[in-house]
Amino acid sequence: MEFRVERRSGVPTYLQLVTQAKQALRLGTLRVGDQLPTAKTVVERTAINPNTVLKAYRELERDGLVEARAGLGTFVVRTLALPDSAATQELRAELESWMRRAASAGLGREDVDALLGDIADKTFGGDRT
Amino acid sequence: MTDGTGVAVRADRLGKRYGARWALRDCSFELPAGRTAALVGPNGAGKTTLLMIAAGLLRPTAGTAEVTGSVGFLAQSKALYRTFRVAEMLRLTGRLEAAERWDGAYASRLVDEAGIDTERRVGRLTPGERARVAVALALGRRPDLLLLDEPLAELDPLARRQVMGMVLAEASGAGTTVLMSSHVIADVEEACDHLVLLRGGRVRVAGPVDALLDQHRLLTGPAGGAGIPAEAVVLASTAGRQTTALVRAAALPSPPAKSTSGLASARPGLEDLVMAYLQDANDGGAA
Repeated sequence: MEFRVERRSGVPTYLQLVTQAKQALRLGTLRVGDQLPTAKTVVERTAINPNTVLKAYRELERDGLVEARAGLGTFVVRTLALPDSAATQELRAELESWMRRAASAGLGREDVDALLGDIADKTFGGDRT
Repeated sequence: MTDGTGVAVRADRLGKRYGARWALRDCSFELPAGRTAALVGPNGAGKTTLLMIAAGLLRPTAGTAEVTGSVGFLAQSKALYRTFRVAEMLRLTGRLEAAERWDGAYASRLVDEAGIDTERRVGRLTPGERARVAVALALGRRPDLLLLDEPLAELDPLARRQVMGMVLAEASGAGTTVLMSSHVIADVEEACDHLVLLRGGRVRVAGPVDALLDQHRLLTGPAGGAGIPAEAVVLASTAGRQTTALVRAAALPSPPAKSTSGLASARPGLEDLVMAYLQDANDGGAA
């Protein structure tokens, strides 16, 4: 995967890296056994301080998602991908049909995001991580 | 990356006078080994003078600057011969350097990794390529301390990122301490973990970036700054109905007084901190 750094976003840089890695784990673009780019590679591409990359990787390690192996690199040990169960598939199908209804009712992408975010906040609390 | 082994640069009441004008005065700071430090300040603040003294190219008028280990210095002019081919520049630098310190294979590899054909003439390279050759030559000396004077000046955004990325990746791999001057805070904000701020030839602030940001707060409240304790303020400014103040956290009442409870308080960014210390009324003494 390739990390991007948004310099004017106001989000701390290490947190941007953590969020992007988790997103890749959810979407399955990062899988168990995959190696994260070395700190050196990330630093060369993004020109951020190496300590920032290490801080992000330590946080992912604390969350039990990756593991640093001495001399080898940092590897994914747990995925965040949704389980491919019957329940998940049913939820997905319902959401797809809901999304089509939202579109035909004239809602745009941002309207849908706001609505979903609001319901998710009410269901799970305000914590977005 | 910080390895915690000692001090790379120690300046003690350092001063440099040109005729009647002091370019540097009473500069004292320590730069721990392994840090990537930004040397910031307006034009004429003494940044180049300080780097040249640390590089051993200028003799101070007063005080001392102790540097641990070998030094690589990259002047803003980048000191390359425009008619030379890159390969010739590499060979020439190898001849001029002490043999035990010059790692020609490493310098060649860095040029190669930058995708620069060594048969091209220096004058034909883009400014970004020229900067990368100059950095490769400076790193080829395997310095313990790398001093860079405005390394990104006149580069386009992509080249700025490439040059900074190269410096950071190579320095952290070798444990090299870096001190780089810049008057563009955005260039060094994400790259540096240590700050030395010069103004009017004096060190106004110096220390690890995280600690400095923790020691300050950015307060916002109604215009007039009511409730903001004056003794804590580094710089306050009012726009419309709102006053914003950068304050020293240690000088705030603890627990927060009722008068400050209506103010929004945030951890400042590096740019907030630097801008406040570049504009505050206090021109002397260290923070």
